[in-house]
Amino acid sequence: MSRQIKHYLGDKDVQIILGTLLRVGVVVSTGVVLIGGIIFLMKHTHQPISYSDFKPEEAKFSSVAEIFKGLKTLDGLAIIQFGVLLLIFTPIARVVFSIFSFLMEKDYMYVLIGTIVLCVIITSLYLDVAH
Amino acid sequence: MSVLLFTIIVLVGAFLAGLLGSLTGLGGGVIIIPLLTLGLGVDIHYAIGASIISVIATSSGSAAAYVKEGITNVRIGMFLEIATTASAIVGVVIATYIKADYIIVIFGVILLFSAFMMLRKKIDHSNNEKTSVLANYFKLNGSYPTENGVKQYAVHHVVGGFAMMFIAGTLSGLLGIGSGALKVIGMDNIMKIPFKVSTTTSNFMIGVTASASALVYLHKGQIDPAIAMPVTIGVITGATIGAKILLRTKTDKLKVIFAVVVTFLALQMIYKGLTGGA
Repeated sequence: MSRQIKHYLGDKDVQIILGTLLRVGVVVSTGVVLIGGIIFLMKHTHQPISYSDFKPEEAKFSSVAEIFKGLKTLDGLAIIQFGVLLLIFTPIARVVFSIFSFLMEKDYMYVLIGTIVLCVIITSLYLDVAH
Repeated sequence: MSVLLFTIIVLVGAFLAGLLGSLTGLGGGVIIIPLLTLGLGVDIHYAIGASIISVIATSSGSAAAYVKEGITNVRIGMFLEIATTASAIVGVVIATYIKADYIIVIFGVILLFSAFMMLRKKIDHSNNEKTSVLANYFKLNGSYPTENGVKQYAVHHVVGGFAMMFIAGTLSGLLGIGSGALKVIGMDNIMKIPFKVSTTTSNFMIGVTASASALVYLHKGQIDPAIAMPVTIGVITGATIGAKILLRTKTDKLKVIFAVVVTFLALQMIYKGLTGGA
């Protein structure tokens, strides 16, 4: 029984760190999106836009490399997309964090399962589906 | 429409989506897509890209709030994420090859189903009969603290639950939604996981699954920053306020009204898809 309580307390610590990680991830990414949004809106306030047709060939920031390139020129849209990227990576950070906590618990079966999940996500990062 | 007007309309819409999504437990994605496609004439591809971002925002935002209340079973979550992430990618790939009209119809059907699930009375099927060989092998059984001490629970029908998560993940990738309603069936009804654990654990899975699909959608050019900006800010603000209201308000009546609205939107989406209005 005492071992179980110890186990539960460990989980609680992990959960508190996780909660902080998620909150920081959400706040920081929203902040970045907001900054990019203000820059974008100031330059393009009255520009007309239409999204009635899907034009993937016109997508400017559709890869990590392009986003970083756009960041250098302080492009508003690139900054927004960087914030979006941070938001996408928040749950992924949670997976990485969980793998480490399994490693500390010496639960190697779940280190493996977590690594499989991470590999699937990394695959999606490199998967180039035809437009 | 000018950039400014578009941003303001989407911002207000996304705020309401986040607010109602968290009050009713339906999530933001199912409202963002009809708002963008039916309301603003946005192509379904861009709407799906924006929606998947709103799903991640809602999931991470509410997970941070959940930490104090529920107890996530990280093992169950991680184990089932093998199914949800792999199938989410399958879903995104399927979306590349089928006609947009079909995606709109499937979305409408899932929306109808989600409205029905929202109104249905939830029954806690959990027990502590550790009979499942797989649940024992994968250490899925767990415990959570209650006022009367630590309560143990056992997980059942691991294969069935895993299969259900595969369907949920495929739809999540295909439609850019969290598939919360299907995950609830998988965890509460099939695997018989207690609410206190299933709510937070499925939220964990929704975020991870959506991030896998989001990366593929990013590469496909479906995540447009000018749409993502008001959606992200609106949904996060709405969901945060919604989570605070939820702690001190009963939402039964709101759920009924909202189910009617969602049913109406679902029928309109199905009509749009069937008549080739996309």
